[in-house]
Amino acid sequence: MADIAVQPRAARPPIREATAWQQVKSNRNFIALWFMLPAMAFLIFFLAYPLGLGIWISFTDARIGRPGAFVGLENYEWLWDDSIFWLSVFNTLLYTFVASAIKFGIGLYLALLLNENMPFKAMLRALVLIPFIVPTVLSALAFWWIFDSQFSIISWSLKEMGLITENINFLGDVYWARACVIFANIWRGVPFVAITLLAGLQTVSPSLYEAATLDGATRWQMFRNITYPLLTPIIAVVMTFSVLFTFTDFQLIWAMTRGGPVNSTHLMATLSYQRAIIGGVLGEGAAISNAMIPFLLAAIMVSWFGLQRRKWQQGENND
Amino acid sequence: MTDLRTQPVDLKAVLSGSARTVAADDHSVGMSYLESLPRRMVTLYLPLSIIVIVLLFPFYWMALTAVKPDEQLLDLNTYNPFWTWNPTFKHIHKLLFDSYYPLWLWNTMYVAVCATVLSIVASVLAAYAIVRLRYRGAQWVGGFIFLAYLVPPSILFIPLATVVFQYGLFDTPFALILTYPTILIPFSTWLLMGYFKTIPFELEECALIDGASRWQILTKIVLPLSIPGLISAFIFCFTLCWNEFIYALTFLTSVQNKTVPVAIVNEFVDGDVYRWGSLMAGALAGSLPLVILYAFFVEHYVSAMTGAVKE
Repeated sequence: MADIAVQPRAARPPIREATAWQQVKSNRNFIALWFMLPAMAFLIFFLAYPLGLGIWISFTDARIGRPGAFVGLENYEWLWDDSIFWLSVFNTLLYTFVASAIKFGIGLYLALLLNENMPFKAMLRALVLIPFIVPTVLSALAFWWIFDSQFSIISWSLKEMGLITENINFLGDVYWARACVIFANIWRGVPFVAITLLAGLQTVSPSLYEAATLDGATRWQMFRNITYPLLTPIIAVVMTFSVLFTFTDFQLIWAMTRGGPVNSTHLMATLSYQRAIIGGVLGEGAAISNAMIPFLLAAIMVSWFGLQRRKWQQGENND
Repeated sequence: MTDLRTQPVDLKAVLSGSARTVAADDHSVGMSYLESLPRRMVTLYLPLSIIVIVLLFPFYWMALTAVKPDEQLLDLNTYNPFWTWNPTFKHIHKLLFDSYYPLWLWNTMYVAVCATVLSIVASVLAAYAIVRLRYRGAQWVGGFIFLAYLVPPSILFIPLATVVFQYGLFDTPFALILTYPTILIPFSTWLLMGYFKTIPFELEECALIDGASRWQILTKIVLPLSIPGLISAFIFCFTLCWNEFIYALTFLTSVQNKTVPVAIVNEFVDGDVYRWGSLMAGALAGSLPLVILYAFFVEHYVSAMTGAVKE
């Protein structure tokens, strides 16, 4: 037994130098490359490449099944003189501004209401979000039926109340059709705005309201000088998303009106689908959808500044 | 350990209304003692109930239309249109046995599950690398992923259609399974980055000292701790897939391959005056899976929605 202790420790290996391969293997940049690979592959092949390809297609006269030759700015020049394109730009801007403004108003109001203490609070909050969950196309179909020209429940109710004598041709009249798609968009967007703003409202410290109450502030003053300034950053972000998704909306319009009557509800997205996929003129369709990019960039800038300000308010350093 | 309660303040409490936070408690007490019941009636309950009724009415109308007999649907004056005493399952029967509806449901489910799983795997790896490996340029990549989130499908569908055609995926489920992740990965990466940031760094350092590899750290420490985040990301991605319309409309042409939203809009809308019953039954049946999923995971859903915005 004793000689075990005396034996030289030959069995113990010397500390090896790390080989080049092991150094590479533990290099964080090398590991990160493999971790990033799947996500990057998707984003490059199916997002960055198509984005570039879309800009290229807009400079060609490509049609479905034919690659097309380079034609320079011809598609854009064509669009410049196209009154339907300008109508769609007008419709898109109208749709976006009106719907976003009302969504913001009602959403903020709903968030303030839901923030109050009341029975069945949790259930109400859950119910409010349902329009946002249900596939937009399917709820748009419900609106299509609600706004039907002959069997609309709204027309029927108004007639019963004696307010109108004839059915309203909701989706057949230029102005009514615009109002109806804007209404459906608001209906779908309000829950998102309300629930995200509610999350923001709950982070506002109650001691601020207590202090304001002691100072004799009215409810409006409390809202104007406490709630609103503290919510501004999150409002900026939520509204950027809302504007972005309203601006590029497609499904609601396609399911309810397909751009009609007489193109009065065509948005840029629906017009580009109609020209590119149904009409087969890929180049022109791509030019229309590329025309949305400047507007989107403007919205993204707003979002970026909103985020910056938010970080600054929370006292985070910009990591 | 599974629920790290250190994440962004009361995202979870938003819907649960559990008022875990001091904020909600004090706030409500501070506000409501000043108000009498009639005043609350006018300022709170009345506007709230109007908004909630408007928000829910289309679903009621959808469900009612789906079970109303045809003659009652079109004759608003003989019968009270807001209720029916003799519901029929004719429309739903027609939907299930005289159309491809079950097949469409299966397609939608298949595409949504595959695309979601792919995206979550890719996003977990990417988010972990960005937050914890902090490789050179990680901040920039994070920024680009956020920008990718803002690229809408409406400007991508035309070039993507040609890409899908080039890759030979046109009119197959893979066209959707491979393109949906471009919408889902930016979102879920951004969401998971927020979750991973809340996991204490010390845990990973201990594991590193014990000789764990990065892969072991990810699968044995980080992932078990971020299960709530994973559920949120999964549910939200699944919903986005189920909702997606423009890619499915563009990339799929044969009737058997379509997903529910596209199929209902294209195949059910014909000249028939009596189409409304089955149309609404189809819309209802297409919405129900999501509503049921939502009912079980309300809190995760909200934390996903607000998390992506707040992060």
